[in-house]
Amino acid sequence: MEKFKIEFDRCKGCGLCTTACPKKIVEMQSEKLNKEGFSTAVCINQAECTACALCAIMCPDCAITITKS
Amino acid sequence: MPDFKRPNALIDIPNHYCPGCTHGIIHRLVAEVIDEMGIEGDTIGVCPVGCSVLEYVYFSCDMMQASHGRSPAVATGIKRANPDKFVFTYQGDGDLAAIGTAETVHAAARGENITIIFVNNAIYGMTGGQMAPTTLPGQYSQTTPYGRDTTREGFPIRVSEMLATLDGVAYAERTMAVDPKSIIATKKAIRKGFEIQKNKKGFSIIEILSTCPTNWGLTPLKALDWLKDNMLPYYPLGVYADKGGNV
Amino acid sequence: MEKSLMKGNEACAEAAIRAGCKCYFGYPITPQNEITAYMSKCLPKIEGGVFVQAESEIGAVNMLYGCAGSGVRCMTSSSSPGISLKAEGISYLAGADLPCVIVNIQRGGPGLGTIQPSQADYWQATKAMGHGDLRIPTLAPNSVQEMVDMTTKAFKIAEKYRTPVMILADGLLGQMMEPVNFSDETLSCEPYSFGANGHGNKRPKNIINSLYLDPLKLEERINERFARYEKIRLNESAADYDKGAKIVVAAYGSTARVARSAVDKARAEGINAGLFRPQTLWPFPEKQIKDATVNAKAVLVSEMSMGQMVDDVKMALEFKLPVEFFGRQGGFVPNPDEILAKIKEMEGKYNA
Repeated sequence: MEKFKIEFDRCKGCGLCTTACPKKIVEMQSEKLNKEGFSTAVCINQAECTACALCAIMCPDCAITITKS
Repeated sequence: MPDFKRPNALIDIPNHYCPGCTHGIIHRLVAEVIDEMGIEGDTIGVCPVGCSVLEYVYFSCDMMQASHGRSPAVATGIKRANPDKFVFTYQGDGDLAAIGTAETVHAAARGENITIIFVNNAIYGMTGGQMAPTTLPGQYSQTTPYGRDTTREGFPIRVSEMLATLDGVAYAERTMAVDPKSIIATKKAIRKGFEIQKNKKGFSIIEILSTCPTNWGLTPLKALDWLKDNMLPYYPLGVYADKGGNV
Repeated sequence: MEKSLMKGNEACAEAAIRAGCKCYFGYPITPQNEITAYMSKCLPKIEGGVFVQAESEIGAVNMLYGCAGSGVRCMTSSSSPGISLKAEGISYLAGADLPCVIVNIQRGGPGLGTIQPSQADYWQATKAMGHGDLRIPTLAPNSVQEMVDMTTKAFKIAEKYRTPVMILADGLLGQMMEPVNFSDETLSCEPYSFGANGHGNKRPKNIINSLYLDPLKLEERINERFARYEKIRLNESAADYDKGAKIVVAAYGSTARVARSAVDKARAEGINAGLFRPQTLWPFPEKQIKDATVNAKAVLVSEMSMGQMVDDVKMALEFKLPVEFFGRQGGFVPNPDEILAKIKEMEGKYNA
């Protein structure tokens, strides 16, 4: 189950979430742009995610939801 | 059920803010406080003129749109007629500290039992990046193309310090929204403001240092650093007035 | 109901309170201070009563916006320079369709002008009371009794059509004392259903707003508002007038009292003169002035201004009758003999 979930089309690619992750597992990807043309944030290692939600706290667009279990 | 999600008081639609603009974070914090206190049905928000002019679309409580700078007067009218309701304004630095200085200072002096969320990003955002009353000495803007020269353009206004000199101000705190720690502290300050209002202690203002990547001409991440390097020395964080006691 | 001897300003304030106005926001300016003082004395004693002396007229009018927007009956008052400051807020009140009453006890202008009476805000009130496509229904009392009656009426029009309403009086009416009757009529004090006063999780959220970035929506809002203005034009125009006169003197407010004396003197001398007194300035009583001028050879407009009502009279008469003007400015009130002399001059000129 994915602890980090991002609403793909809501992400504006600002990258603020990447500065907050203590595990450094939130990164930007630009392989696939969203419908607004933004690159988006992605969690590269769900297994390591502790669901601390610091990335979501930084998100100005409420695009990230975090589920612990 | 997700453990962290959008608060109910923030309607589930995309916001219009530029990428990396911290308005979105501050909106969420206000909505989280409204949710946690269970006061959505008893709250009226007043939106300013500026980037957050469309805020009435985003919050699920009753909302009122005010003319430039007049939000504290509008909030006064609402609150006096509805003293048991929660009334907050959400204002930028141009709105609050330039065109609306009189309304702000006098609402504070009267001790109006309202909460002001004051977003200070040292620039006029919506109109395209002109000098604000909080623009730093030397800072470039559309109307200070050579940098703000204090011999010509004068000095920035430290709103929290200024208002804290007034007896009507029950709570004044300056925070920032640049990292999870400061965002959590900002939410706590907003909660304190609303609690002060709930206990009818008087005027509360939370000044939040915020970024404007677009008009600062920086990436969202560099804007966070610029704020810490440049705004923090001029606008120290802290509680400037607290007559609320333990709330 | 008992008869009281009251100043126009105080009578207006008392009438507002009796009409169920609970909230008043003001700022001192001569010659309307008695309204503010009366409200400060009486409103705090009423349950839910609110009096705020604002930091400026701009502050006061925006408190009015907040209060009316939250669904509560309210009023402000000022005098000419203060009304100019309130113009910004009046535009927003009109743009958000908020009912409220604004009293202008006119003094002379432009600029600081004088504290003496004047009627030089006619253009402002009827043509340009703030930016944008808007109208402000404007009532023109000519006695302390009408200050009372029109205050009640102003709240009714404001709430029926969801619009700010102005009472355009002058320093003379505000300051003079006359006996007045107050009616026992009370208006419902339920908060307006559109008010943003907390939805209590019982209804969809209310938004008070004048911003419409979508051109279609803004155009639709303006058209809907002007449909209401059209109803006001059809239903609410009012005038008091003599019929059948050859020389018709058109005057409102204090000047109409002087004009009445002049017309009566003229009649005593055998001149067929009559008075036409608009009680609403917008909408201008077009039908009524046509009725008053069926036999007329000419119309004399008299005002304490440079003739701001003249164009409305000419347009209402479709430019079919000669219209002349006599007025005083600077704080002078015309005297009956001055107007009588003009009536006599016109009688000869137009073979009336």
